[in-house]
Amino acid sequence: MTSLPRATAKKLGLVIDLDTCVGCHACAVVCKEWNSGGHSAPMTDRSPYDADPMGVWFNRVHSFEAGEGASSRTVHFPRSCLHCETPACVTVCPTGASYKRPEDGIVLVDADLCIGCRLCSWACPYGAREYDHDDGVMKKCTLCIDRIYNENLEEIDRVPACVSTCPVGARHYGDLGDPESAVSKLVAERGGYDLMPEMGFAPVNQYLPPRPRRDAGNCAAERLEPVAIEAAGVLGWIDRLLSR
Amino acid sequence: MPDDRHVIDLNPPVSDQVKTTTCYMCACRCGIKVHLKAGQVRYIEGNRDHPVNRGVLCAKGAAGIMHHLSPARLAQPLLRTGPRGSGEYKTISWDEALDLAASWLGEIRRTDPSKLAFFTGRDQSQALTGWWAQQFGTPNYAAHGGFCSVNIAAAGLYSIGGSFWEFGEPDWAHTKYLLMFGVAEDHDSNPIKIGLGKLKARGAKFVSVNPVRTGYSSIADEWLGIRPGTDGLFVLSLVHELLRAGKVDAEYLAAHTNMPWLVVQARGTAEDGLFARDAEGAPLCLDRIGGMLASALDPQIRPALDGATVLPDGRRAVTAFRLAGERYLDPCYAPDAVAARTGVPADTIRRIAAELARVAFDEAIELAQPWTDWAGRRHETMRGRPVAMHAMRGISAHANGFHTCRAIHLLQMLLGTIDVPGGFRYRPPFPRPIPPAVRPTGKPGQLAPNQPMPGPPLGFPQGPEDLILAADGSAARIDKAFSWEAPLAAHGAMHLVIANAHAGDPYPIDTLFLYMANMAWNSAMNVPGTLAMLTDTNADGGYKIPRIIYSDAFASEMAAYADLILPDTTYLERWDCISLLDRPICNADGVADAIRQPVVPPGRDVRPFQDVLIALGAKLKLPGLTNADGTAKYPGGYADYIVRHERAPGVGSLAGWRGTGGEKYGKGEPNQDQLARYIENNCHWRHEIAPEHRYFKFANRGYLEFAAAMGFIAKAERIVLQPYSEAMQRFRQAARGHGAIQPPDAHRARVETYFDPLPFWYEPFEHAGFDAAAFPMHAVTQRPMAMYHSWGSQNAWLRQIMDSNRLYLHRGRAEALGIGENDWVWVTSPHGRIKAQARLMEGTNPDTVWTWNAVGKRSGAWNLAPDAAEGRKGFLLNHLIAELLPPRADGHRYANADPVTGQAAWYDLRVRVEKADPTEASETSPQFPVLPAPPGVGARPRILRTGAKAQIPSTGAKEASR
Repeated sequence: MTSLPRATAKKLGLVIDLDTCVGCHACAVVCKEWNSGGHSAPMTDRSPYDADPMGVWFNRVHSFEAGEGASSRTVHFPRSCLHCETPACVTVCPTGASYKRPEDGIVLVDADLCIGCRLCSWACPYGAREYDHDDGVMKKCTLCIDRIYNENLEEIDRVPACVSTCPVGARHYGDLGDPESAVSKLVAERGGYDLMPEMGFAPVNQYLPPRPRRDAGNCAAERLEPVAIEAAGVLGWIDRLLSR
Repeated sequence: MPDDRHVIDLNPPVSDQVKTTTCYMCACRCGIKVHLKAGQVRYIEGNRDHPVNRGVLCAKGAAGIMHHLSPARLAQPLLRTGPRGSGEYKTISWDEALDLAASWLGEIRRTDPSKLAFFTGRDQSQALTGWWAQQFGTPNYAAHGGFCSVNIAAAGLYSIGGSFWEFGEPDWAHTKYLLMFGVAEDHDSNPIKIGLGKLKARGAKFVSVNPVRTGYSSIADEWLGIRPGTDGLFVLSLVHELLRAGKVDAEYLAAHTNMPWLVVQARGTAEDGLFARDAEGAPLCLDRIGGMLASALDPQIRPALDGATVLPDGRRAVTAFRLAGERYLDPCYAPDAVAARTGVPADTIRRIAAELARVAFDEAIELAQPWTDWAGRRHETMRGRPVAMHAMRGISAHANGFHTCRAIHLLQMLLGTIDVPGGFRYRPPFPRPIPPAVRPTGKPGQLAPNQPMPGPPLGFPQGPEDLILAADGSAARIDKAFSWEAPLAAHGAMHLVIANAHAGDPYPIDTLFLYMANMAWNSAMNVPGTLAMLTDTNADGGYKIPRIIYSDAFASEMAAYADLILPDTTYLERWDCISLLDRPICNADGVADAIRQPVVPPGRDVRPFQDVLIALGAKLKLPGLTNADGTAKYPGGYADYIVRHERAPGVGSLAGWRGTGGEKYGKGEPNQDQLARYIENNCHWRHEIAPEHRYFKFANRGYLEFAAAMGFIAKAERIVLQPYSEAMQRFRQAARGHGAIQPPDAHRARVETYFDPLPFWYEPFEHAGFDAAAFPMHAVTQRPMAMYHSWGSQNAWLRQIMDSNRLYLHRGRAEALGIGENDWVWVTSPHGRIKAQARLMEGTNPDTVWTWNAVGKRSGAWNLAPDAAEGRKGFLLNHLIAELLPPRADGHRYANADPVTGQAAWYDLRVRVEKADPTEASETSPQFPVLPAPPGVGARPRILRTGAKAQIPSTGAKEASR
């Protein structure tokens, strides 16, 4: 069993806006691309050109519908490690391979210690762990730990790859432990929420709910009044709107 | 405190080298930075300095590595050895391949150049390929626009001098209301996604009118699940509501459109429906003060919108606005009259109209930006109507798409939202004169053996005199573009080439030369029929289409049907230019173009298609590609051509760093260092448009002068928007018996009906042509976001996102049909049937089924395993779509296309859906023989460990952790 740090100096994580995610998968693919050759490389793909291709992905986008009939909604839901404050994936680890960093709260796997027992993937209720059958070790989102501090990158690029690529700007990164950070303010302003808080793992990543819709169910029933003359005179009436 | 058991390298070097270039994973043309490590592509990211994508990149762009490393890449030129379609080939050398191609093409050019049909698919070098066809002397050239977007392009160019597509954009910074029609994810995708993100953050309302709620529609404030093909009716109902309430921008219409121009009303005469003109040819209007006749182009005149008069010659004339008003005030366009047909409730139509009016007029905006109009009048501010609209494939791919798109432009003009703050904005080089001045070439007198054509094959007919017709009035092009069957086919009609060439209608051809066009699969209507045509023989055993040359980088389905294959490179291995002469990457605030540079060498015996085309041109001694002494004009290939070719003096492929020292832009002498300068600037060039020139471009004197200096327009003259299309009326008048060039009697009624100078709605032909009860459902497609407009969705990463497609049905309707989730169903159209697996959803128009297109592949194609899901479960609706409409009473069959533009009507398909017998195989049908991999194509890896480090720990991390 692996112990958790008592507290972390920062709570680095992602804020994902479900109001604007169009489900384009840019974040998922760029994640795979960056991490191929990144900290946990490779992102092994089995049967890449055969039936049932299956590879390692740290970030997957699920598209589904919620609700029925007029109140239903199409949801695009990107899913990756939430870097929980009290993650069971760490506490169940028999070797100390799965750990939470005290300095920033990132949950990582040390491949050199991992024995591939997969207890962590059973423990994670979010399905965020990815087993590499070829390497025989567990892998997962690193929050791009090889980018966010990387002095070989320009400062502006020191964010997770998924954040830098998102075309609609639905992904935000920062310290959710700091109430004054831009991400914390965004969460407060938009009513960001924990995924499955009842599980008690206190996810750091937050999701922003869709903004209220303005459709038939929520809009005033505006309608235009016809100009108060015979229909045949409407065009002349419009003409008289012109300045003379 | 850090946990020192785990040592992590926080500062790994990302790459040895970064090269910029331009993405080609779809049509967006984003700037990318390619990180190389030990000469291999390590990572591709969006270029933050690039005007198109500003640093973001989509799933396709990020999967570029897997495209580049695909085991489906062709490796050498191939010559067919077995029967066509068998996939049996032998490798040959490039010398042999080019000699063979030159011998075939040389013979054609010596005898009848039109026997070459040269069609390119997702070609981003049309400025070269079209010009090459002109030099060769064949009119039979086009790219894939005829089955993609020509309705959108032509409707815009004949109405507002620009178009939606990627030639315009919503004013993302200012719009308060965006109305998006149909599936629009297929072009300009990253700019639209960036824009939607901004728009939603600002609290603007986003309404999506689309039978299917996916992608962009899923984040809309309001989704209107309209019935396919009825958008025009919905839009004209909005027009009806706005006119009835007097909620139109009268000042804008009077100042910037031809609504006040007088239209001759003299049925039976040659000028009926044309504009009344003065002796100098200027259109006439009525002065709103005294009601006198005056030139509508006189800057002093303040024209009346509504009015009727008797011209000095006694003919009656009324304003175009009167004609439009009378049409759209008709109760047939009332919300209650169109609700059932469109599937949009009448109250919703009324509410949307009211919302549009409120935002346009009560929430108008004003930018503190002075500007000067075409007549020299200074305006202290720019007033905006912050309603924007966008439309693309979903509107385009119907047989009523041209008029539907014109209807949308009409709605925009009535609201005064074209090129104003908050509205739709042109991207340079648009706006252009309406229609653009280039006319198509290829009439019989313009063709001769061994001669180039005097102009480009594609253009914009202004009237019947510009059609490309044989002496008897029949089609003169193989695709029948610019004939009476598709007069405004500005992008050609690639979808008809194989069927027409097979039928010898209008004539047989010798060689079909295709580039990057999967015409034996997802780019063809009626795939089984198309494959039969490609392999059909004459009595003498020869193929009905005698020769097929194909260039592609991959072992696509089409590659199996070529006689000679010229293997292309991937986009990371080539020079290219994204030219203002072709499809520019400008946005509304700046003029831009870009290049691709080779980032890595090919490592296969392949050549960029453009190099091959230039070499072939020199071998054929084509005038533009050969020096007077017979030597090749561009021995350095495409890169050489990009720099040195001049289309007109000083005008070349690239606008940046022209002039011998690179000191000029737009026009200037060729600069030998031009490519180096582009590379220094991250492979693109951009010129910002001055703030006072950014709106009202059609009437903004400074902008028009700039556009003329750049060569975008011939003269700095205002462009009057044309809700009433006189060009259309000229064709209608010909059909009514006027003028020297008239349609054959068999086509008269059709031309008269569809060349209506004002937009109208009609039932798409496939809907009207069959028993609605037998085929009660509409069937449409879109491509998944991670694959749209990509060449080769065979990609190790993207196919893990989707490797087969389902048939989506509305849940309630499916249940009524006894169809459950995952059931296999038969989908039957009047033309064929396929088997597909069902998925149920709420967000679909109940009368519509749909699927993701171009995911299904032919087994064995693209070097995928024969049992891969793409071939076993993935399917195409293409098999159900006919390229021709049912025969008329006289036996004639028109194309399944828009009668104005010839745009392929993919989305007019009608089907019925029935549950399959559960004992049948869980596999799609039809199945085609498995294609073998051509010679030279590599083995499929069983496992990919892209980017794997050496197995020995390199940082000492292991030691530190123990």
